Parts: sequence; C-alpha cells; structure tokens
Amino acid sequence: MTALETAPGVVGTSVRRKEDASLLRGRGTFVDNLTLPGMVYMGVVRSPYPHARIASVNLDAARAAEGVVAAFSGADLADEWKGGLPCAWPVTEDIRMPVHYPLAIDAARYQGDPVAVVVAESRALAKDAAELVEVEYESLPSVGDVTKALDDDAPLVHSEFGTNECYVWKLETDDVPAAIDAADVVVTRRYFQPRLIPNAIEPRGVLAQVDPTGDVTLWSATQTPHIQRFVLQLVLGVPESKIRVIAPDVGGGFGSKIQVYGEGPLAIALARRLGRPVKWTEERAENYVGTIHGRDVVHELTFAATKDGDITAVKSEAWCAMGAYLELVAPGIPLLGAWIYSGPYEIPNYSVTFTGVFTHTTPTDAYRGAGRPEATYVLERTMDALARELEIDPVELRRRNFVKEFPHTMASGLTIDSGDYHATLDRLLERLDLDAIRDDQAARRARGDAKQIGVGFSTYNEMCGLAPSRILGAIRYAVGGWDASTVRFQPLGSVQVVTGTSPHGQSHETTFAQIVAEQLGVGVDDVEVIHGDTAASQLGMDTYGSRSLTVGGIALWHAGEKVIGKARQIVAHQLEVSEEDLEFENGTFSVKGSPDRNMTIQAAAFEAHTAHNLPDGMEPGLEATAVYDPPNFSWPAGAHAAVVEVDTETGDTRLIRYVAVDDVGNPVNPQIIDGQVHGGVTQGVAAALYEEGVYDEEGNLLTTTMATYLVPSAAELPSYETDRTETAAENPLGVKGVGETGTIAAAPAVINAVVDALSHLGVTDVPLPATPERVWKAIEEVRT
Amino acid sequence: MRRVAFTANGTRHDLEIEPRELLVYVLRDRLGLTGTNVGCDTSSCGACTVLVNGESVKSCTMLGVQAEGLELTTIEGLARNGELHPVQRAFHEHHALQCGYCTPGMVLAAVSLIDSGAATDGDAIRHGLEGNLCRCTGYHNIVEAVASAAGVTS
Repeated sequence: MTALETAPGVVGTSVRRKEDASLLRGRGTFVDNLTLPGMVYMGVVRSPYPHARIASVNLDAARAAEGVVAAFSGADLADEWKGGLPCAWPVTEDIRMPVHYPLAIDAARYQGDPVAVVVAESRALAKDAAELVEVEYESLPSVGDVTKALDDDAPLVHSEFGTNECYVWKLETDDVPAAIDAADVVVTRRYFQPRLIPNAIEPRGVLAQVDPTGDVTLWSATQTPHIQRFVLQLVLGVPESKIRVIAPDVGGGFGSKIQVYGEGPLAIALARRLGRPVKWTEERAENYVGTIHGRDVVHELTFAATKDGDITAVKSEAWCAMGAYLELVAPGIPLLGAWIYSGPYEIPNYSVTFTGVFTHTTPTDAYRGAGRPEATYVLERTMDALARELEIDPVELRRRNFVKEFPHTMASGLTIDSGDYHATLDRLLERLDLDAIRDDQAARRARGDAKQIGVGFSTYNEMCGLAPSRILGAIRYAVGGWDASTVRFQPLGSVQVVTGTSPHGQSHETTFAQIVAEQLGVGVDDVEVIHGDTAASQLGMDTYGSRSLTVGGIALWHAGEKVIGKARQIVAHQLEVSEEDLEFENGTFSVKGSPDRNMTIQAAAFEAHTAHNLPDGMEPGLEATAVYDPPNFSWPAGAHAAVVEVDTETGDTRLIRYVAVDDVGNPVNPQIIDGQVHGGVTQGVAAALYEEGVYDEEGNLLTTTMATYLVPSAAELPSYETDRTETAAENPLGVKGVGETGTIAAAPAVINAVVDALSHLGVTDVPLPATPERVWKAIEEVRT
Repeated sequence: MRRVAFTANGTRHDLEIEPRELLVYVLRDRLGLTGTNVGCDTSSCGACTVLVNGESVKSCTMLGVQAEGLELTTIEGLARNGELHPVQRAFHEHHALQCGYCTPGMVLAAVSLIDSGAATDGDAIRHGLEGNLCRCTGYHNIVEAVASAAGVTS
C-alpha cells in the first residue's frame, strides 16, 4: 500500500467517480435486483376513489388463485401496528394529526390509499391476485383543491377535526403593517405552484426478511435507513436493536424516498407472519398515487418599497396542501423556506404565514428544494413585478437590495455566515452578454416576429445542510440534525470510512474519499466509503436537504483529525519526540528541523495494530468516530439567468440558454458540483415549463402516467452554462450544499424570461407550468 | 408455457416461458440479467432499453416469446474482456450518470444511436435519446459523453 498517487490537492479536483464501475456494467444492487431463498412478492390493492367508506373486503377469490400465499385486509392486519406511520414534525402545539396506518381500515382518503395486500409466488401472480380482491366502496364527497378545502361546506378529510385546516404557523416582526402603510409602492401578487411528482426513475421497493429470532432486515429504496429503523420500532414494536435497514444502490430520491411509507412495515409484518422473505416493487402507476408529491401551494406575496426601490417589508401568506395524511416531515416543508422570503435581500420587516390544509389527495412532503423553491419562486417573480411597477431594471433592483456584509442576521432571525451576492451577479452578467440579448429582442420586436425572446433572472440564497439540532428542536422537529462518521485505518494502511449519510446518486463514495485522502495523505483508491447500512453505521441521520457534505462531510473531517491526533501520539512515542515537534504533511509525520526522522500515517496504523510499542495505556487500533452538530445552516447562493424563445402564435416556449453562477463554498469535486447543478436546474425548468400533477376538484388524479405527466427528455432542454464564485462557509472545509440550488433558482428565472418575452404585448404573468396553451391564453387575454 | 430460444450477450438460452412475460422480466427474473431496469409501465422512460440484433429496443415493449432467434445485448454484455465499451468510458469520463438507474438503457440507446450514424451533433443526440429519461443529470453530461464517444461536437 502506497500513498504515491495522491494526496495534496485532491480536494477541488474532478476525480472520476468510484460509483461508476458497477453502475456502468449493470451491476447495481437496486432492491428489485435482490432475491432471497423462498422469497414471495407483495401486491398492494389501492383505492380508486379519492374518498370512500370501505364497506367490505372480500379476499376469497384472491386467496384461491394460483400461486397465492396469503391476502389480508386492513382490519386483518390491525393488530400488527403498535402505532401509526408517524409524522415527525408537528409544527405547532395545536396541529391536527390524523392516525395513519399502513393499510386503511374503515375509509380510503385518497386515490391510491392502500386497502389490502396479497402475497404470491411471483410478481405476475401477485398482480393477478390483487385484481381479484373485491372491495366494496361507498363513494363519499371529496375535495382536491387546496383553497376550496377550507370552504365551510367542503367535504372533510378527517371528520373528527371538524375542519380541513391542519395548522397555522406564523413568523413575523413587529412593524410589518406600519411598513406597508408607509410605503411608496405596495405590490401584491398571487401564485399557484402545482403538484410535482418526483419521478425518481427507480420506483420504490422493499425486501423484508425476519429471522425466527425476530431479527428484521429490510432492504429499502430509501434515502433514510436510520430514520426507517427508528420509525419501524414505533410502528411494529420491534426494538431498533433487532432491526437492520439497508439502502443498497438507490435510483434517485429527490425527497420522495425520505418518508417511511406503509409498504416497509407491511412487508415486515407479512414476512414475520409467513416466515418467508417478502419483496414489493412499486410500479410507476402506483408511484404516481402512492409516493409523495411536492408543492401544491397557493401564495399571496406583498412587497412594500420606496419609490427608489428599497424594499421595506415582505409579507407572505400561503396555503399548503398536506394531502390526506401527514407524511414524515410534510407540515415542516413550508418552514424550510420560512426564513428566506427575503432571499439575498436586506428587508427589515418580515411576515410569513402558512396554513396547512388536508385534501383528498396523495400526501405531499419533501421534493427537491422542499419549501425553498416555493419561497424563492414567489419572491423572484414579485421582484420582477416590483421592477415593472417602479420602472427599474430588474437586475438593478436586485442589486440595490442585496445583503452586502456577512455575517448577516436577517429580519427572519437567522444569520447567513458568508456570501458575496454582487460577485455572483457580476460573474453571471459577464457570461450572459445581456446587451446582445436585448438587441436581439429589440430587433425581433421591431420586425414583429412570431418568435420572441426574453431573459429572466433569479438571484437566490437558500438555507440547507439540515441542521442545527437546537434550532430543529425549537421549531418542533422530532429528531436532531447532526451526523456521524467513522474513519478507520486497516492494519496495512487502507482506510474505511463509515458515514451516517446515505447517497442515492450524490457521489459520496468519491467525494468523501477525496476529503479523507487529502486530509490523511493517502490515495483516493485507498479509501473505501461505507454507507446505507444501519449495521455498519449505527449513528446517522441520512441524506436530504443538501446535508451530506455540510454535516456528514464535516463529521468525517473531525473523525480524520482524531485519527491524525492518535497517530501523532504513536509516532511521537516511537521517535521519542514530543507531539509538538512533529509536522504532518502529505501523509507523513516528520520531526521539525530533522525531516529524515519520519513515519507515514500508514506505518503508524500498522504499529497501532501490532501494539508492540504503543504509549502506556493507549488502546490498539487506529480509528475514530465523530458526531457533528452544525452550529448553523448552510447558505449557498447564486445568480441564474434563463433565455427563452416563445412562439407568440402557438404559445410554444423553449428554453434556449441557461446560465447558472453559484457560490457553494469551496468545491470538493467541480465536475460533481456541475452535475448537481445540471440536474437541479432541470427539475426547476421542468416545473416552469412542463410538469404538473393535475387533480380534478374531487381529487381524481388526471396525470397518472409518464405519458400524461411530462418529465422532460434531452430533446426539450439545452446544454447549460455553469460557473462558480467561492466564499468559504464557516466550517473546516468551507463547503456549502449544492443538491437543491438549481431547483430553487430555475423556475422563477424561466417564468421571468417568458414574461419578459411577452412584456411588450402587455403580459405580466404566466401560470405554472408555462405550457403552450397557457402562454397562448396569456397572450390572447391581453390582446382582447 | 411456450418455448423460446435466443442469444443474450453471446450465450444461447432455451427457455419455457409464459406467453405474457415481457422480455424485460425474462431477462431480469429468468436470466438474472438485472442490469436492465424497469422505470415505468408505459414504455416512456427507456430504462429497460437493450440491443436486439444491434438496434435499441425498450424491452418492456416486446414479449419474451418474440425474442425467438434474436441476438440480444444487455448492459452486462457491452464491456469486452473487462474493457468498458467506448460509450461506457465516455459516461465515466464526463460524469454522465449519478444514481445510475437509467444508465444501462441510456448507454445502450446511445450505442445504437452512434452505430446507426445518427449521432451527428448535440441536437441530433438530444433528439435521438428522447425516449430515455434521466432524472439526475439534466442530460447535459450525457450529451457531452455521447458526443465525445461519437467524435462529434455537442
């Protein structure tokens, strides 16, 4: 084992991914690829009604069918549950929290609500059997619209509450009404951000095995093996010490694989009853109703400003669909945006109100960005509206209001550690060539071209890296926001890293190896990153909210420092010098002033394991665990611009350029950062132009497949232009989150561009998503 | 049950299968070729793309029995003697995969596109890969990788 091929400078370089070797050869370990001896397949029967009383469930035909092992109704399995599927974020003291069991018993409350399960010898036979289950439903009145659900005569999702209002949450400073009264200009706009269906290309899946001793192993397509284990004890009554959750290769999540869905506990309960491993793989049609959705929020946003464009107050009221039940963190999703309704701007007066609302729809929860795209969209759209009102250039209006000094404590109460918002915007404008775009726009307008172009901006910041545990506690989140990592030298010098974060595309195996390789002065290939298995990492809080690097990565760094500290003691002992006399560089300890007296950290690791000559009382081995609780959120920021071409005769709108300049702190792997930005931007562009989960007023989902819900392909999108500015975050690596930035920034940039393209016609708003029909109607409305 | 014989990745198979079994499940469940993934049930996503006599086909659009006499290549059969195919290498070099779930289908669709001579520039590549959805990469690096493997500019 040598340390030849690295070390210094490996952080900040585009090391190619370790993950690719197996994934490129089709050797991924996705849950559906796994089989166990005696394994049977679970099929789930789901309600076709948005709201119905379950009068009876007849399982006779299913049980008699070929290959069927068992079939159960919700009532049959009621005794399995020691508790319902919990919601971990009761955001107010008086929040209304319905009981939610893995299988509905008396009533179905959304299309897709699971009402029965079958178990059969093959996936096809399970599917056949599911179709033989006869459920007698009595259809009940239902409501699918987030604002109509609050009408006095709206059908109730949970009649015991007497209302569909789940909670009202407020954050406000004292003088907002006075600031609005005193303003030269007040701009209020209303926005609807439709449902988005996350569409990880790997659907969900679980494989459950229960040993005769009661030990449970669950392989799950999840972002959160540790949270799964914790919740499974609450639902099943099995102690966590007897539960092992493994997230093998996971095919994307985007927030939709955070939750603890009913199918996991169901598969375990059935495996326990039947004495056979049980696998369930979601079909895409199931995914559209059975996996959480994002967004579905109505906003009313008000800016108060001086005539010179200084924004003096922001006031937001939002009505946020929870769906039929409260998923794991659903009530808190709006709160993840609650502190950034002032964005990168200095706005002294601040008021945010969220009303959580039950509807007869698939539950919502975290979808990429989670709360921050919602906030940033209404903020950045209203910036443009205010710019039009004041006849100030939208870029200039943003600049005028930027936070200028860091750290900066916002009116909302949190402190941004670092940033340089002017620098990101400057870099964007350097790349963009705005003059040329405006010239092209003017020429097209002068000629009266059918195809017009527009440019739109979005300057954003966001809070991620979830999160300081004390703050989470203060806002009533049930668990902590720390993470843990172990760095372990093997006797011959290779390094195992165990992380409590759990990747599903983010490239931890590469970037975490880079961090440790540089810190310890070993080769990237000498470092093995182990993740996604609660038996390997007892402590962990998993991956969501752009937290892996900024929390897990810092835990890793601290563990590495502890390892270096112990190695230093060993080397000092063996070279008979004091620890202070040793320098550590590129993996080698050397005596200051006598560099020929040295020992590599890998040699120290060998000594630590032979234990022939250690300081008195020192334990053998060279490993350390660190648990890191971040003192602050992570505060990435950036400036994005979209250029669109709109066919004013058909409404057809194409994104033709997208320039993203982001400050995500010190880069670990620039190529992987760019990849995160590309993917994030694409999901924001998709929300702007293509994607919308449509319910009718009763809660029937109309977009039920990938054929009717438009996940964009390569053909709809341009290549992207990305760049970075860098301000170091206040953590030992200076890093910030990057996974959600693109999604947060992109949708308002694109819609601002569409409005800009049509502004000469008098268009001031185009609803999401800006489909040809909607764009065409927006043009027609101002023409007539 | 029906009998069907075909070649997958150079190995001849002679199987008894149900007439209703989709080719993708024959590959996954009967042959253990789990590199071919399933991402939807409407032939929209392309995760299950394989090569049939050298041309890309979504293996959820074929019944297993239709494979009679055909030569199939799945992602497991693309690398030769342990050496990645140039398209696989380009995906690695250009970071054209993140979670890797769409990757087998995307790579095989790209191989077919290049072999057919249609990967002439970035725009042609984007339209040629229209039937394969990726949720992670935003396609930018996929287009870069395919252009590089095809020897054209993106």
